[in-house]
Parts: sequence; C-alpha cells; structure tokens
Amino acid sequence: MVQRLDQLKETPSQTAGPYIHIGATPNHSGISGVYRQDLGRTMVARAAKGERITIVGHVLDGAGEPLKDALIEIWQADAAGLYNSPQERRGKADPNFAGFGRQPTDEKTGEYRFETIKPGPVPFVDGAPMAPHITFWIIARGVNVGLHTRMYFSDEAAANAKCPVLSRLEHRERAKSLIARRSEKDGKVVYRFDIRLQGEDETVFFDV
Amino acid sequence: MEESGSFYQRDRAWHPPPLTPQYKTSLLRSPRKALLSLENTISEMTGPLFGHDLIGKLDNDLIQNYAKTGEAIGPRINVYGRVIDENGRGVPDTLVEIWQANAGGRYRHKKEGYTAPLDPNFGGCGRTITDSAGRYWFRTVRPGPYPWPNRVNDWRPAHIHFSIFGHAFAQRLVTQMYFEGDPMIWQCPIATGIPDRAALQQLVAALDRNNSTHMDSLAYKFDIVLRGRRSTPFENRKEGN
Repeated sequence: MVQRLDQLKETPSQTAGPYIHIGATPNHSGISGVYRQDLGRTMVARAAKGERITIVGHVLDGAGEPLKDALIEIWQADAAGLYNSPQERRGKADPNFAGFGRQPTDEKTGEYRFETIKPGPVPFVDGAPMAPHITFWIIARGVNVGLHTRMYFSDEAAANAKCPVLSRLEHRERAKSLIARRSEKDGKVVYRFDIRLQGEDETVFFDV
Repeated sequence: MEESGSFYQRDRAWHPPPLTPQYKTSLLRSPRKALLSLENTISEMTGPLFGHDLIGKLDNDLIQNYAKTGEAIGPRINVYGRVIDENGRGVPDTLVEIWQANAGGRYRHKKEGYTAPLDPNFGGCGRTITDSAGRYWFRTVRPGPYPWPNRVNDWRPAHIHFSIFGHAFAQRLVTQMYFEGDPMIWQCPIATGIPDRAALQQLVAALDRNNSTHMDSLAYKFDIVLRGRRSTPFENRKEGN
C-alpha cells in the first residue's frame, strides 16, 4: 500500500439539454420577472476602451445544419490585454468592460451575435505573447461536455503566425478553423466566426 | 492559501465521451478529431466574478420566484450542498444556476412536446452564489420524469440541471443532479453515457431527512466538485502568468 492522494474526482458533465435557455437566458426564453436581466447580455459600457466589434456566426452540426438551441459563452481580455477577474494579477482591467458574454443561437436562424471589443494580446505561460483571442464555450443538446475553443482575428496575421498556441497544431491547416474573418460595413466592424462540430473543417476544440 | 497553480487535467474518461450513440443527438454534434491539449494560460485560469448583489431575494426559491396566483405545486424540497474542488476546498462566491421541469415533468418552453400541464406558478429557473465556505441552498419542487423523443419509450429520470462557474474558465461545468433511489437513472441514455458507474453515482443526490424543513420540505444533498489546482511551487510558468 502507498499513501492516499486524497484528491476527489471532478463532478462529471451532462448535456445542457434542449431547455438550457430556461436557466441561462430566461428573459430571452419568455420567463420574465424572475431575473432583472439575462446574465452576460451586455459586455461593454459606454466608457469602455477599445475597438467596438460585432461577432456573428453559426454553430454547425455534422450535416452542416445550424444549431438553433445552443448557448455560447465568451471570455476575453480587455483592450489592454487584462482580464476582469480576481485571478488577474498583472494589473487592473478596464472596469467598463466585463469580459464575459453569454448569448443563445437564434431559434429560427441559428445565428449568434456578440457586441464586444477587440481584446489585446495576453502572454503564454513562458511570457511570450499569444495572438489576441477570445475563448468560446459551447453547450447544447447533444453536447455531452462543454466545448472549449478560441477565436482569433484575420487582421492579426503576423501575431497569429507567431502565436505559441496556434503553432502547436500538428496540422497547421486546421488553424484556419479558429480565425474569424473581418469585414467593415457602414463603419461597423464585424467578424464572422462559424463553429463546425464535425466534418472535414471541424473546428479545433481544446482540452485546457 | 492563495490560489495560483494551474488546474489538474480534466479526466475525460470520468465524463461522458462526446459520442454516445444511444443518445441520438450526440451523433451529429460530437467532435471527432483529437482535442488540442493546452497547459493552462491566463485565458483559462481567469474567470468572471459575479457579485452577491446580482442575486435577488427569491432567486434561489423556485416555489416563490415565479408565483403569480399562489405557490408552485409539487413535493417541496431543499436542495443544498457545497461547491468544492478536487482538493476538497470550498469554492466560495461562485455562481450556481439551476433549471428544471415542474412537478409534472413539464418545462416552461415552447419547444416542449410533453402533454403534462404547465404550472402557472412555476418558472423553473433559480440561481445563487456560494457563501464563504462554498455552500449553497435552493428551495424548489421535485421535478417529474418526462418522455422525450429519442427511442420510442425513453423517459428522463427526474433531474435538475446545474451550471457552475468556479473561479476560472477552466472550471466551467454544466451537469445534472439525479435523485436517490430512482431506477430510471440506470435506464437513461444520457445519464448512462457516463461510462463509470461510480462517476454517475456522483450525480445522485442523497435524501437527507435531517435537513428537511418541518412539515414543509424534504432535503437532498448535492455536493459539486470542480477541478482542483496544483499546489507545488514548481511550475514552468513565468511570474504573473
């Protein structure tokens, strides 16, 4: 016999199911009067620093159909690359930017949309900068464990090429699945980021 | 003790795999390629903190938080427990959200196809933030089991959905709580997608008569374990990261 490690096992995950929106975005799903506002609905206060951006996209299943019952959460640094979190020890993040967002995919079109700011770069464990990115977490009916991925920016080609996380991909071609395409229309900056759960262009998901 | 170490790796064999064919929706929604393994960076070791001021007085009382003409109908229960990490330490000040069907097994949702009626006084959502020891409490009605479109005669065991944030995005977890003694747990294609019986037992809340409320509600205890953090000082990690 040896000594015991005395470590517990993590509670196992279960799917969020088809009714996730009752719990996560009740006002959006027609249950009003319980919470004042759905959590994570607004990320950016007027005084927040940084470039305003919109992120839109779909979550597509193995048949290419958009999920109409998914929930997406995002987590990101502020314009200076600081997280609005007690665990952030490098400085104080912009108090006008939450860093956390939560949106459902539309029940008719499957499109999701976040109004946020473009994050600054944050360091990798060795101190080298990672290219600017936003963490995505996707839960839905049929998804047994929440899917963790990152969105990078098409206009950061030089930073993306040097990013220690993207360069870890054995099949470099797959990095494309993580890069959102920038477009500008009427002075608004929009990034399109589609997430593919399966198939040839399956999005890279992370075990963090 | 200050929390600074990276998180223990998630034991994927303890969780359901992405593809569980008896749960049909997982077929087209399960990634097939290998995950990209990544040691924790600051992007995963940080996470949002929600203040206690977010929580309204009735947010954790589902019997009353949607009450219109009276209280929600059904067997009244207290659901309580602790959010702890794999080292057994309480996780204080973290948001816990729940959602569930009513006592008849019906969700307040337009896509719901079960014939059981809605309860006009039951919305089905609740939330709270753990106290300084990681404890939480909810008061609700015991949800009913319900049929769902999978195989012709599949019914979900009674369950409550849980969403927990933890202190870092690496700890983010969504799961379901089941009830002690329910034979349908072991027939459910979603629950039994968890390969290890001991892991599934971790989702079964224990009936606790000691913490029932006299002449009001039974109690079920449900502790939730989030990923733990390394505590040795030896990490290949630059200061501040």
